[in-house]
Amino acid sequence: MATQSVLAFVGPSVNWWALLPQMILLGAALLIMLVSALAPKQTSTPFVTVTTMCAAITSYIVATGLWNDVQRDGPSSSIASAFGIDGFSIFFTMLILVALAATALLSHGYLDKEGIDAPEFHALLLCSAAGAIVMASANDLVVMFIGLEALSIGLYVMIAMHDRRQEARESAIKYFVLGAFSSAFLLYGIALTYGATGSTNLIHIRDYLGAVVFRDQHLLMAAMALLLVGLSFKVAAAPFHFWAPDVYQGAPSPVTGWMASVAKAAGFAALLRIFFAAFASHRIDWTPIVSVLAAVTLVVGAVMAILQNDVKRMLAFSSVSHAGYVLIAVQAATDQGTAAALFYLFTYTFMVLGTFAVVGAMGRDDDHPLANYAGLGRSRPVLAIGFTILLLAQAGIPTTSGFVAKFQVIAAAVNNKNYVLAGLAMITAVVGAFMYLRIVMAMYVDNEEQKSSVPSWHWSTKVVVIAMVGFTLLAGLVPQFLIEFAEDAVPILIRG
Amino acid sequence: MLLNQFLILGAVLFATGVYGVLARRNGVMVLMSIELMLNAVNINLVAFGMQHGVVSGQVFALFVIAVAAAEVGVGLAIVLLLYRNRTSIDVEDFDLMRG
Amino acid sequence: MSELLRSYLTVGIFGVAAIAMAGAMLTIARILRPQRPTPQKLIAYESGVDPVGGDWAQSQIRYYVFAVLFVLFDVEAVFIFPWATRLEVYGTFGLVEMAIFIFILVLGLFYAWRKGVLRWV
Repeated sequence: MATQSVLAFVGPSVNWWALLPQMILLGAALLIMLVSALAPKQTSTPFVTVTTMCAAITSYIVATGLWNDVQRDGPSSSIASAFGIDGFSIFFTMLILVALAATALLSHGYLDKEGIDAPEFHALLLCSAAGAIVMASANDLVVMFIGLEALSIGLYVMIAMHDRRQEARESAIKYFVLGAFSSAFLLYGIALTYGATGSTNLIHIRDYLGAVVFRDQHLLMAAMALLLVGLSFKVAAAPFHFWAPDVYQGAPSPVTGWMASVAKAAGFAALLRIFFAAFASHRIDWTPIVSVLAAVTLVVGAVMAILQNDVKRMLAFSSVSHAGYVLIAVQAATDQGTAAALFYLFTYTFMVLGTFAVVGAMGRDDDHPLANYAGLGRSRPVLAIGFTILLLAQAGIPTTSGFVAKFQVIAAAVNNKNYVLAGLAMITAVVGAFMYLRIVMAMYVDNEEQKSSVPSWHWSTKVVVIAMVGFTLLAGLVPQFLIEFAEDAVPILIRG
Repeated sequence: MLLNQFLILGAVLFATGVYGVLARRNGVMVLMSIELMLNAVNINLVAFGMQHGVVSGQVFALFVIAVAAAEVGVGLAIVLLLYRNRTSIDVEDFDLMRG
Repeated sequence: MSELLRSYLTVGIFGVAAIAMAGAMLTIARILRPQRPTPQKLIAYESGVDPVGGDWAQSQIRYYVFAVLFVLFDVEAVFIFPWATRLEVYGTFGLVEMAIFIFILVLGLFYAWRKGVLRWV
């Protein structure tokens, strides 16, 4: 300790180029705040939407450049190996940026309609996206935690921002309490991991666990359990899912889409990096627990979804069951399984954003009884077909990306000789399909009096729905490009 | 070194916090219980840092303190928002949505 | 006794000494002073003004915004202290880092000010 003050301080080498994607987003957030503070009159909704879109697109271009660098020069890490620059981190960066652009577009029509302060919303959205990228790229548990908090704190406020709606605030307090609660569990797990291995750096943890045989593993087991509980809350895996229906129902629809896609994807990114990459030598200890979680999540998601009458609650349980499928891929603990999980998360992001785009455009965002959707096939035929495709993709019908995703996940489980879980996945897929078909049926039931009550759709919603449907079909018909993309993105830990 | 005593203290504080979040009905008390859980983690971090003979544990504790302050700031604001509407911060009253 | 507990022993002795001294002074004063209470003398001292209302008062809700802002900025200072103790060692790198950090914080405060949060309504 004493010698440290004598030594000259050498700053960590920082690869600024690799940090650029999230720095662009944070810069845009600061810019929006600055402009709205200086000239509140001029900060109209179009201005902030354009700023956010520009930031997302620039950031995406940088991420593409980084992807090519990684493919050519191999992965690296930055800031004293606290930040990973590998296929995995750039894969999630791209996923988050796509979701950011879609959410910015969706909120464009939504914010004015519901009277929400646009600059503040977009600043929070950008910070939240930057946090998600940090979380997915983190090579250190503490950096991961800070990314998670940036993602979550932005989300809490975005949910609560809906001024007139009581449900939104209730949803915000529920998400806040559960989010903070689960963060505390995660943090306790991080502290115990630090205690057991002497470091929070994932590379150090992997090397340490690979080299050292513990006399007793209690500390490490407790650490794994707490990390798993904390992250299960975040990705809404049963039995830690009970907040999801209320929060999904009460939150503004664009925020629900953001939460369902990005918060879940970032949570799984953390889960994969910690368990698959860092705790690889102890997979025999954690895979059984994850497979039980996967089984419970699948059953709960499929069965509870059928019992709901509110479309947003149905979709909340459907997102729970999607978490179950990704968990099947995680418990395989193979490169194939991880690639399947990544493929699933990427396609799921597109499906869920498109779905919540439609849900958000269905009238005032108060409640979403199934009856509201009656007659949609007649009054808005094109969008009804789009919605149908998205729902069928979530159900896993062939020719959509959802089918390929489910197929890959089940193949990973079969290759791992986990036939019980593979069978359960197929059964729950059939049960779950019933719920999606219920919504589709409702849309095409003849119901004349409902026809006039459907409001006009903002152009931005249409753009998002068309883009998401297009990608879902593309990835379903020619999935090869995305499969290779996911295979190149399997997480690896590299010393910087 | 007294590592065990610190770990036990941390575990007891954490468990108290968990109990508080689950059992208290007052929204502000729930926030305080969450704070208790985070501070229990801080004790663990500092104790482990001391055991390993590195300062990183204390540095992480600083980060946790800062994040906890931001989180509780947002939490209090949300509780206040609900209070303005309901004149109640009893979490049992927040039951608009049922499935 | 371990090294750690021994260092706490010093703290304990200091505490006991402090309580004993303060207690002794108050006790001696109580024994020596004349006691002739009148109702006027028993009123709580409020800088010469007659006390109004009970001892339980609700705070204005508008204090809350200031309290939260204070807590946030107060806690951010936690990052400035370690930097300040090693100011020369970190050199230009540390200075630039801290300037960025404080710039973002100031921007937040500026935003709050422009949005009228700091106005006393």
